Amino acid sequence: MTQEMNSGHAVAIAFHDLTLGYEGHPAVHHLDGEIEKGALLAICGPNGAGKSTLLKSISGALSPLSGSLSAPRRRDIAYLPQAADIDTSFPITVLDVVAMGLWTQCGPFRAISGRRLEEVRGAVSAVGLNGFEDRVISTLSGGQLQRMLFARLLIQDASVVLLDEPFAAIDANTSADLLALIARWHDEQRTVLVVSHDLDLVRDHFPQTLLLAREQVARGKTSDVLTTPNLARARSRAEAFDRGAAVCARAA
Amino acid sequence: MLYDILIAPFADFAFMRRALVGSIALALAGSPLGVFLILRRMSLTGDAMSHAILPGAAIGYLVAGLSLWPMTIAGLAAGLIVAVGSGVVARATILREDASLAAFYLISLALGVTLISLRGSNIDLLHVLFGSVLALDDATLILLAGIASLTLAGLALLYRALVIETVDPGFLASTGRAGGPTQMAFLGLVVLNLVGGFQALGTLLAVGMMMLPAASARLIARDITSMLAIAAAFGIASSYIGLVVSFYASLPSGPFIILVAGGFYVGALVFGRAGGLLRNLKPKRHLEA
Repeated sequence: MTQEMNSGHAVAIAFHDLTLGYEGHPAVHHLDGEIEKGALLAICGPNGAGKSTLLKSISGALSPLSGSLSAPRRRDIAYLPQAADIDTSFPITVLDVVAMGLWTQCGPFRAISGRRLEEVRGAVSAVGLNGFEDRVISTLSGGQLQRMLFARLLIQDASVVLLDEPFAAIDANTSADLLALIARWHDEQRTVLVVSHDLDLVRDHFPQTLLLAREQVARGKTSDVLTTPNLARARSRAEAFDRGAAVCARAA
Repeated sequence: MLYDILIAPFADFAFMRRALVGSIALALAGSPLGVFLILRRMSLTGDAMSHAILPGAAIGYLVAGLSLWPMTIAGLAAGLIVAVGSGVVARATILREDASLAAFYLISLALGVTLISLRGSNIDLLHVLFGSVLALDDATLILLAGIASLTLAGLALLYRALVIETVDPGFLASTGRAGGPTQMAFLGLVVLNLVGGFQALGTLLAVGMMMLPAASARLIARDITSMLAIAAAFGIASSYIGLVVSFYASLPSGPFIILVAGGFYVGALVFGRAGGLLRNLKPKRHLEA
């Protein structure tokens, strides 16, 4: 079932017998494999398959229950969670939120130079928010908010980009613009991992896919992974939570 | 004539000058902290923390009587224990920050009142709870000025991290570990100011100086910079007006300063252009785009 990535490429992220979960219950079970540098990988699977948990763990926000995960330092990872817990009532402008992306470079004290500020303005315009620089974020629509968060990801300039359901509740126009940014990151040899439920979108735009259902169902070329039998198998394995489950024998 | 009314009380009486300097120092440092407490939806945290200080102040009082440094240091220690303790409980257990803070401060308050009643009368308790802005000595004034300076310097250092942590805590957490220390340092400054405040205005009213100008500013300002400036201006104006009016009307100064701040708040509630009541009554006009 496992289709390993081409060897010979530099590895960005590696899993070894990785089990992730909450309070001892696994959400992702015994995952092995490597993600090469520069990969553009979609992560698919039913609800409860462990997709978000996997991204959270790669971002450094969740420690493994067992096994190991090797990923770049946090500052080299740009992570957009599924429901970004951004407080839109805070009186702050689009430009300032996008400038937050400079945190890893400038930290708490370093001045933001004129050149960097130009980069921030460039990112705002790259996501199609020209003229919105001084708008307070409470006045933005859902799509504009997502564009703003993508501009912040641009500014983070990270070698690994993790996006969790970035196209949920986003219209076709905005999705197309954001997909163009993802393609640009791919061209720049960044490693991009995107969780998505939209299989058509994945087939059209992502060369590689990891199909997850609490464990790896398939991985490799998207057209080889998103097959009817694989998807049926993924559906049958989703969302198993047993309060009385025995201790996993493989963990011993 | 105007001089007699507005300036003379301060020119003629040293205790009024001290009261003004002390309460302005509190307003300058407390109001920006209040702004962040409000934006972080922690408006009641100041109130809870002010109770948390009480057992420390009481222990200081039991050991050394009504004297500045023992009560200040012990109050600060108690406040920091509660701040750190409730932060740790919130991260390590299923309880959220509000529940763990509520538990800590209730225990603290009960402990403080018990300790104070071991020695002394109700009048002493009233001093701890309501302070006396008209009886600031040199040592207290230096303490207040020191706390204000430290707070403003600390906020300047924390500012960027604090804004990011408030707007998008998940973002800060995903880029490193600055979130926890930032929140702790901020709560430390809140405790420091409440400890300073109980010398001048008392624990309960010190919270008012922190929160009322900030709440007023939230109703008026549309961005954080002007919110900080407006809150500080309201705090300073409340101090001055409160002192002058209470001087002529023979009213208690500390509570009256807070009442003036409350008056500004009611005004902002009605007329505030960013979120006041009248804003909803105006005939609606809209633009082309």
